Amino acid sequence: MKKLIASVVTAGVAMSVSSTYAADFKPAVVYDQAGKFDKSFNEAVYRNGVTPFKADKGIKVREFEPKNDAQIEQGLRKLAKRGFQPIVAVGFTMASSVEKIAKEFPNVKFTIIDEKVDQPNVQSIVFKEHEGAFLIGALAAMKSQTSKVGFIGGMDIPLIRRFACGYSQGAKYVQKKAEVFVNMAGSTPTAFNDPAKGAELAKSQFSKGADVVFAAAGGTGLGVYQAAKDEGKLAIGVDSNQNHVQPGTMLTSMVKSVGVATYKTYEDAQTGAWRAGVQQLGLKEGGVDWALDEHNRKLVTVEDEKKVNEIKAKIISGEIKVHDFMSTGACNV
Amino acid sequence: MNQSMPNWVNYALIPVINVLLAFLVSAIVFVMIDINPIEAAEVMIKGAFGSEGLGYTLYYTTNLIFTGLAVSVAFHAGLFNIGGEGQAYLGGLGVVLVCLGFGDQLPLFILMPLCILGAAFFGAAWAFIPAYLQAKRGSHIVITTIMFNFLASSLMVYLLVNVMKDPRQMAPVSSAIPEASQLPSFQDMMAAIGVSIGSSPLNLSFFFALIACVLVWIYVWHTRWGYELRSVGFNRNAAQYAGISHVKVIVVTMMISGALSGMMGINEVQGVSHQLKLDFVAGYGFTGIAVALMGRNHPIGVILASLLFGGLYQGGSDLAFDFENVDREIVVVIQGLVILFSGALEHMLRPQIVKIPMLYAKLRASNNQNGSAEA
Repeated sequence: MKKLIASVVTAGVAMSVSSTYAADFKPAVVYDQAGKFDKSFNEAVYRNGVTPFKADKGIKVREFEPKNDAQIEQGLRKLAKRGFQPIVAVGFTMASSVEKIAKEFPNVKFTIIDEKVDQPNVQSIVFKEHEGAFLIGALAAMKSQTSKVGFIGGMDIPLIRRFACGYSQGAKYVQKKAEVFVNMAGSTPTAFNDPAKGAELAKSQFSKGADVVFAAAGGTGLGVYQAAKDEGKLAIGVDSNQNHVQPGTMLTSMVKSVGVATYKTYEDAQTGAWRAGVQQLGLKEGGVDWALDEHNRKLVTVEDEKKVNEIKAKIISGEIKVHDFMSTGACNV
Repeated sequence: MNQSMPNWVNYALIPVINVLLAFLVSAIVFVMIDINPIEAAEVMIKGAFGSEGLGYTLYYTTNLIFTGLAVSVAFHAGLFNIGGEGQAYLGGLGVVLVCLGFGDQLPLFILMPLCILGAAFFGAAWAFIPAYLQAKRGSHIVITTIMFNFLASSLMVYLLVNVMKDPRQMAPVSSAIPEASQLPSFQDMMAAIGVSIGSSPLNLSFFFALIACVLVWIYVWHTRWGYELRSVGFNRNAAQYAGISHVKVIVVTMMISGALSGMMGINEVQGVSHQLKLDFVAGYGFTGIAVALMGRNHPIGVILASLLFGGLYQGGSDLAFDFENVDREIVVVIQGLVILFSGALEHMLRPQIVKIPMLYAKLRASNNQNGSAEA
């Protein structure tokens, strides 16, 4: 009898704990210094992760946009102190701050996107950008009449080189002799927000004979797409589905589902399925993909689509191994 | 008109009224974006000077005192140094080089002066070239220092991307400095004497900033060099005629100014981030100009203005944190209004305000006369 009472009491306590937990579910997100509306990476988190989660579950997601480094730490600490979790930190620039605050609040769940932080209460979500880039590299080479394709990166960091490396591999997989021009817009974060520079680089690649360019450059890409439209060439978008930006010019977009991943993080935390550790999302997990919709349907023939999807299947099955720049720090293609 | 005005009107009343006016206009802006300005003010004041935020406010204040002092010193010699941004950037480089070089070999009390020297030397060296060009070639200091900001930025990008980058990091940052070389933070210092305070980036360099204020005050107003400096500032030709070499004064003053800016690097690099980061100066160099302007180029004024701007930084961040419809850029709006009213429109209210004490004095004088007449 005693035992029964005890178990009933514990069950009751457990139930009340879990129900208060559900009522107190307070997710949060910290954008990086580019801000929520950067038309690219942060905005993808906002539009495809935060906003639909609010709409679907009716739970408010606390948002914070820091202005400088000190505010990143401060914001994370404040959110943790006020009981928000999981806290999603958007972007690799947050790594050191997340590590520090995660140590201070070992019971709070943190998720960082695009960088690995090795702490027992941190979930790191990284993407296999090289796989997605391979795919669109292949498509670019299929569409190129000159066998010359271009890549325009934002800030020159290993992450962007990983895009470039996958893209080159894809292009050369389809056409052994394909030439790939690689340019970076700069080596500071402003390189992600410099459309004029993007247009300039695109034009120089066009003048060298490229007729398809892929921009993995955030806001800089908008200049690239404009230049491609002006000169009647093809361009490829990145991160979000950017096919609608310049319909008729955008061949496709390499979609990186940061928003979906954010959504899933919140959902997992709500249901208790959230786990710390590193998650690598590639083609197989739907973390990266290529985009086909009404805006680029006319540019991609059914045959192209079939070919690309075949390659995709081969990458997923492991038949094609895409070299990851960041595993060796070099791209030997 | 100036002579007849008591000092407290000039240095206290007018700035305070100007700041209040700026806040009033900010309040109107708040009302326009559907925020109760009184609530907002409460959040900002509590955020900036409450127990949780005070450390952050003083941390921002530290940066602004250094850059504000730098601008003030140059201003007394008639030089408009807007290169604080670049000089502070280079100062950070000096600190990180000293710390990475000797960090684990020397005890902190020997390392600290070395770091100060490193920061000051690099900042001063960066200011030396524009100073020399101004003094010898007449190249305008405003143009050269602003160009040197861009040079500093490019140089640091090059160094951080190609030379000093920590290969394990995605972002272009240097390796972390050894733990032994980090400046003690306030919460550590207070913990050592048994008091527990909230965690903040505030560190020992806050005291360095205050000491720098005293030293600047002594230098500018109580030394022969300071006299020469001010003479050149008042009238270069007269100073020249009195046998003061303006070349020397310009170069020395700018180097002191650069050294002060450079010391901001101590707070940021040795005190807070413990590594060299891209763009760590983040506009403090430019805000320093506003601080100097508001502080009437006097160390006490600079401290007060830094406190105001530091409070705005911190309170504004709290405001953006607590109000969903406040953009983080709102702080810039308030700052802009403060600068507008206390800098650009400084003289707008002056004639009216000046009249008040003069009227008062007149009234008293006539009263006295009446009184004596009656007696």
